[in-house]
Amino acid sequence: MYATNYHRASSVEDAVKLASGNDEAKYLSGGQTLLPTMKQRLAAPSDLVDLRHVGELKGISVDGGKIRIGAATTHSEVAQSSDIASVCPGLTHLAAHIGDPHVRHMGTIGGSIANNDPAADYPAALLALNATIVTNTRSIAADAYFTGMFDTALEEGELIVAVEITAPAKCGYAKFPNPASRYALTGVFVARQGDGSVRVAVTGAGSDGVFRQAEMEQALKSDFSAAALDGITVDDADLMADIHGSSAYRANLVKVMAKRAVTAAG
Amino acid sequence: MATVSMTVNGRTVSGQCEDRTLLVQFIRENLGLTGTHVGCDTSQCGACVVHVDGKAVKSCTMLAAQADGSEVMTIEGLASGGELHPVQAAFREHHGLQCGFCTPGMIMSAVDMIKRHGGQLDEKTVRSELEGNICRCTGYHNIVKAILDASSKMGDGARIAAE
Repeated sequence: MYATNYHRASSVEDAVKLASGNDEAKYLSGGQTLLPTMKQRLAAPSDLVDLRHVGELKGISVDGGKIRIGAATTHSEVAQSSDIASVCPGLTHLAAHIGDPHVRHMGTIGGSIANNDPAADYPAALLALNATIVTNTRSIAADAYFTGMFDTALEEGELIVAVEITAPAKCGYAKFPNPASRYALTGVFVARQGDGSVRVAVTGAGSDGVFRQAEMEQALKSDFSAAALDGITVDDADLMADIHGSSAYRANLVKVMAKRAVTAAG
Repeated sequence: MATVSMTVNGRTVSGQCEDRTLLVQFIRENLGLTGTHVGCDTSQCGACVVHVDGKAVKSCTMLAAQADGSEVMTIEGLASGGELHPVQAAFREHHGLQCGFCTPGMIMSAVDMIKRHGGQLDEKTVRSELEGNICRCTGYHNIVKAILDASSKMGDGARIAAE
């Protein structure tokens, strides 16, 4: 790791101030991606602004169907939230299967979506759940937020404060984890709203990060069952191919995981 | 350089280190507590697991500066008065180690796991909870046996005491 300067922020305002005017600074949340990346010298921020001690970035509130998760809330806290589980069990299931227990004790939802790894789990959930990403300056709809692989709508220095979700009628997540890294080789989150509309978001497979699968959304709108996806052939043109799997393999996984997610949603 | 202070195994310690110093380096090199191991250094193997403020974390994936003001427990802090912690005793009893390199991390993970699940652990849960700990001798069967045995001996009391 190259040398860096550590700063501990005490509030959102303090964090933004510490990072402002320094385009080499980075926010440090759980650090479970950023620190390994720095150790490999693939990232070398001059300054790190630690968010773990900012109380206003933490915590979960569930009011009826309105869920608000502070950006510095850990995967483990989301996984264990009985309040979230009662209205959006697909999300707690997803959080409980990110990385391993030690990573879940540190890693945060804000950190995950700020990084927007093309194989991370949370982007699929937030896109399928039509979440709102609240930052220190504005609110961004998930459709506008995830702009490509490791790319988001965040401006320089902009800080995610919370994620807001309206609980769907049903939702489910299924992933085929890479056996070594536990990242999603392909993961699919399916959410059905009370009005019958359905959103299907795919992670791990797209060559430009998380994306929605319109054809599946249409099919599930008229018949919310795994069998409704039988006739769909997923086009592999824009899917990733690497040592872990070809694009054709991932195309098949998208369908299999989507069916499992619908079954999990019940 | 930063001055970092924390409580390690009940003792208040402080030391000078660079801001980029990892918690595991601080524990091993500043404090001389070499029971915490560095295996992969890529956040996968879990040989470096310690407890920070009561939660198992990978000390190779946390800066010492991040742990400033925290309570840290390492493998050296488990036994009390020369008596092995029940998880340590179970690893010895069941031969839950071969070369021993992964053992400190395995034991710290097991203690954390039992604290969270109490007497509710079953083999499937133990195996999935060990996702972040790699034994390259592949001695998992006896590790799992040791954890299940310690869990049943410690029972629900372990979880209640942790709450």
